[in-house]
Amino acid sequence: MKFKGKVWKFGANIDTDLIIPARYLNTSEPEELAKHCMEDADPEFASKVSPGDIIVAERNFGCGSSREHAPIALKAAGVACVIAPSFARIFYRNAFNMGLPIFECAEAPDMISEGDEIEVDGDTGTIRNLTTGQEMKARPIPAFMQELIADGGLIPHVLKEKQHKG
Amino acid sequence: MAEKILAAHAGCDFVSPGDLVQVDVDIALGNDITAPIAIKIFREAGAKEVFDRTRIALVADHFTPNKDIKSAEQVRMLREFAEEHAILHHYEGGDVGVEHCLLPEKGIVLPGDIVIGADSHTCTYGALGAFATGVGSTDLAATMITGKTWFKVPETIKFVFKGERLPFVSGKDLILYAIGDIGVDGALYMAMEFTGPVIDALPMADRFTMSNMAIEAGGKAGLIAPDAVTEAYVSGRASRPYTFYASDEDASYAKVIEYDCANIEPQIAFPHLPENTVGLSEVGTVELDQVVIGSCTNGRIEDLEVAASVLKGQKVAKGLRLIVLPATPAIWKEALEKGYLAIFMEAGAIIGPPTCGPCLGGHMGILAKGERALATTNRNFVGRMGHPESEVYLSGPAVAAASAVLGRIGSPAEL
Repeated sequence: MKFKGKVWKFGANIDTDLIIPARYLNTSEPEELAKHCMEDADPEFASKVSPGDIIVAERNFGCGSSREHAPIALKAAGVACVIAPSFARIFYRNAFNMGLPIFECAEAPDMISEGDEIEVDGDTGTIRNLTTGQEMKARPIPAFMQELIADGGLIPHVLKEKQHKG
Repeated sequence: MAEKILAAHAGCDFVSPGDLVQVDVDIALGNDITAPIAIKIFREAGAKEVFDRTRIALVADHFTPNKDIKSAEQVRMLREFAEEHAILHHYEGGDVGVEHCLLPEKGIVLPGDIVIGADSHTCTYGALGAFATGVGSTDLAATMITGKTWFKVPETIKFVFKGERLPFVSGKDLILYAIGDIGVDGALYMAMEFTGPVIDALPMADRFTMSNMAIEAGGKAGLIAPDAVTEAYVSGRASRPYTFYASDEDASYAKVIEYDCANIEPQIAFPHLPENTVGLSEVGTVELDQVVIGSCTNGRIEDLEVAASVLKGQKVAKGLRLIVLPATPAIWKEALEKGYLAIFMEAGAIIGPPTCGPCLGGHMGILAKGERALATTNRNFVGRMGHPESEVYLSGPAVAAASAVLGRIGSPAEL
């Protein structure tokens, strides 16, 4: 599982209201949510982000509400993965359940700048900054989790498993 | 205490922090924002039946009374699902209250329970001695099907509140002080346990307020050992048996933090994080456009009683909007009968229905660009109550009520 993309940087404690403001939660349609992704942190984010781009943020990404709309919005906006030193626990679980890969890496905010091109290897946890040549380590994603992500999240994954057995 | 409740629901004698356990869930909760996704997932997964129609709570409280067509569609989705599966605890319309006030009030969540809710403030029920935590809609859907979920057993931070509370200091001020001390990720992945003589003497409403905001420190749960205060609240409401769990004398904690309440004055959280707390005496001049009294944090009858005692015979400052939202129909009625609503009306307040409403920038009190509010709610993130360039400050009900009269953040002692 490899990701290569351009980086968008954000600060610490990016809360779920920044990721997707509650005023848009009268729907759960991914395309609709994607239009407002990160709107209150950067009003142009949704129009600037390209499929495959990567978010690098400082600590405690995803704090606040339990809304699964947050990982849904990020994924639908085209964000390939999120890297931060730490994640709020409900967001952490929701991200995997929705099939959005996230990586814990303490050095990432210091060693990666906005606009850098980076490559993330999910098997080894190696993050390579292609712009600067620097390398850092994140916690790798175990094989079963990679499969779950590839299937699009927990429920599609469980359904696929069930079909295989059935 | 967290470990004991989890062990009892996992069928183990004991569990330790870091263990992964599968547990039976007593109550699974969803609201009009999160349950629609869970219902979609439930259907996609091909599920035909819920695990137990008496153990699921669907509460349409966030955008209700329905603020627009899309919200109405989401609420209808809950209604149709509830009818199809004969869900016992489905609330909307005139029955609905803010979920974390409503469920304890009706005796639906009880001491010793494991409660998961697709709402981050589910940790409120820790005040009853339940292990209660927020999850996403996928986890809610899975529990609605199986009646189970999995947890990593958290470590616990013990908070000991000693000394005596200063005037106008409520549970809200104590929890804001603790969040200001440890930060918004100070208890990340951990359970918080609130103890000490000040907690022992704290009324149930203030305990709910404290546990409610555990999530604002990143906590998985905010626990208070059940006692006679809990028993008095629960007995008469419960319609099924419940269990009191308490930590052992020699229980081990990740950390023990002690506070002397002689040093804790009323707290204000400045924008844009609950950890940006300042003692009231150091606030300076902060002029306000709006004050909101309500929410799952501070919308209980005791909170309204405090607000009414401050507002009696007073007038809301010219140009300021005071919005009062009693959190449940029963609280609304009690506030009416006790004359609090008349006091609010005479002061010039706007009284709304039970709803989460403006707390999350939904409706019924949205801020324009540059406007500033003081709220008894739980979050002051960017854009939380409206325009991204508006500001939200957080406080307890006494300071909120006084500030509505003063037109700026201030103390009841100034009136």
